[in-house]
Parts: sequence; structure tokens; C-alpha cells
Amino acid sequence: MQIKHLAGAFILASSILTPAFAAEPAKGPTGKELAFAQAKGNCLACHAIAGGEQPGTLGPALNDMKARYPDKNLLTARIADETAFNPYTPMPPFLKHGTLTQEELTKVVDFIHGL
Amino acid sequence: MNVNKIVTALALLGSLLAAVTPAQANPEQDRQNMIKTFKDKFPDLKTEDYVYGALALNKDALGQYKSIMEFPPYTTELDKAEKLWNTPMKSGKTYADCLPNGGKMIAGNYPQFDNAKGKVVTLEMVVNDCRTANGEEAWKYGDDKTMGLLTAHLRTLSDGMKVNIKVEGEAALKAYEDGKKTWYTRKGQLNFSCANCHVLGAGERVRSEILSPMIGQATHWPVFRGGSNLVTLQTRYKGCHGSVRHVGDEPGSERYNNLEYFHTYISNGLPMQASVFRK
Repeated sequence: MQIKHLAGAFILASSILTPAFAAEPAKGPTGKELAFAQAKGNCLACHAIAGGEQPGTLGPALNDMKARYPDKNLLTARIADETAFNPYTPMPPFLKHGTLTQEELTKVVDFIHGL
Repeated sequence: MNVNKIVTALALLGSLLAAVTPAQANPEQDRQNMIKTFKDKFPDLKTEDYVYGALALNKDALGQYKSIMEFPPYTTELDKAEKLWNTPMKSGKTYADCLPNGGKMIAGNYPQFDNAKGKVVTLEMVVNDCRTANGEEAWKYGDDKTMGLLTAHLRTLSDGMKVNIKVEGEAALKAYEDGKKTWYTRKGQLNFSCANCHVLGAGERVRSEILSPMIGQATHWPVFRGGSNLVTLQTRYKGCHGSVRHVGDEPGSERYNNLEYFHTYISNGLPMQASVFRK
């Protein structure tokens, strides 16, 4: 039967293709993409970052981060909620207000800490 | 010494009382503090240049603005606004018949606190009072095709008038304080207050846009953005709130009226110029 053949071919094709997908699961956006995305980190709105265009000046340039933040956890905490450190900061509390999920925050911190 | 002890006790009592009594807002002190803040921040900026907003902090942009203002791209809109202004209401009377001083040189007096009504009254509310008193329906405050358009002409009749907001009496002070609270309260997912950007952050850039100083902001509305897109002051409040991912009010809310009252007071003494170009 034509339809059965087609169905069989489809199942065969799926079984061949599926392992390929499984080998490379969707990873989602990278830390850099999240940091630069307007709807997510949008770090460039206020901070100069190497490789980013038209950065703002409301916050300090993000460079030499390992020297400035030998403790990566402190950097994580400040991006999660800078208002806990400085109540007058204009910096949004990214994790506290859900602009970034925990997973996204980890990726962004990895990227920023590497600058 | 007993006397010394009494003096010490009184001094202690005084400082305790000062600590528990909430500091009452002093509008003139607020304004002077803001003037000093910006004088420290921008020592070379002349007072009269604050009406240009962020343009005052960028010579090239100010030059471009001045050449655009010689032949503004929105003259068609201004013609429509003038026509609307001259169109009689159902009673046969015009807005000039109804508004104080024929509508001329009055915008700098608004918003004002109306003790009889017990609330802040904006110039737009006076327009709507005129309309309802003359057989017309009130316009929506956020409608750019009606109220916004009318004020694009009406407010130009006060060009050059100095902002002259008064805060007199307890009830007025309360409304002023409410507006001040809105100005300094963080809102939205991004957690910004008006002050974060326009006091602390004024002069800094968000991406490529310079943040304007608070002083002078209330002097030049409505604006025509990007050519002919009419934006009123309260529509801008809503836009700002939206930018920080907070659901703002429809223009004409009590929160925005009180904010406009406080915000405009801080520009007291500066000349008004309506219907200007902005990017």
C-alpha cells in the first residue's frame, strides 16, 4: 500500500533523524546572546562591553572582571539583585524580578566574568 | 549642675522629636536642591538651556534641532490644531471665550491645586470643563487626535511664559508630596524610578540616548517626535513607565496629575515653549 510505504518511510526517517537531534540537544541562547538581548540582560543599555555596539554609560564598563570579582558568587549576587548592595542603584534586579531565570543568570555571569 | 542637666535633657528630647516627626516636603527647598544638584553635575550649562532637555547636553543635536525648528515637519498638524481651537462648541462659544485670559499666557499656571475641588487641576481638565459647560462631551486625556491636538495650539499661546506653579496649603502640599513619591518610586520589572534616570542618571547615555535632566522637562509639551507623532507630557509618563515594564496609567489619572504638579513645580521660572520637535 502506498500510504503504508509512506508511513514506513517516515518512521524510518524519524528513527534516523532522532538520534542526531538527541546528540545535540537545543542549548538555547548563549550567555553573550542573553547579555546583549534587549528583552533579557540588555547589559549594553548601560555598560560598555567588548564586541557590543552603542553601549550606554549609566553603569561602569565591564572589563577585567576576574580581577574585579575574584569571587564569582559576588558577581552573581550583584547581577541577581544589585539593590541589596546599593539601594540607589539604577541597575535592575535581574533574578529577583524574573528578567533572567536562574539558568539564564548563570550563563550571563559566565560570560561577564570572562570579560 | 541641675541647669546643665535640664538643658541636656531638653536637647535630647528635641533631637528625639526631630527623629520621630516625619520631615514635611518643602517645595521651594526641593527645587533649590535640584538646581544645585544639576549645577554641580553640569557647571557650564546655562539655566535657560534646561528647556532643551537632553539636547542641551549635545551641541550637534541642539544645532540640528534649531535648524529643524525653523521649518518644523509638523506644520500641517499645527494648522489642524489651530482650526480645532477656532471651531466653536455647540453653544456657539469658542475655547478662547471660555478659558481664562482667552487661553493666552496661562499654561505656566497649570497644574494648579483647586481647593474647592480638593484636587490638582491640569490645563487639559480646564479644557474639558469648557467643553462640558458648552454642550460638548469631555475628551479622553490621552487622545492625541482631540485633546492632544488642541493643546498643540493652546499651549503655544503661552510660549515665553515662565512656569509659575504654586503649592499653598496642606491639601496642595499633600498632592505635591504624592507626585514626589511617584517620581522617586521604583516601578516595573526593570525597577526604575523617574529619578534613577533623570536625576542620578541625567547626562548619561542609555544606549545612544542621553538622559535628560529633570529641570526643564515640563516646559515644552506637547512634542512632535520623529516628525509628526504628537506626544503629551502624560503620554510620555505612560511611555516611560512602559519602558521599565510597568503598566502605566491612562493620562488624566490622579497619580499622573499629582506627578505633573510636582514635576512642573521643579521647572518654576523657566520659559515655556510648546509643540517642539524631538527625536
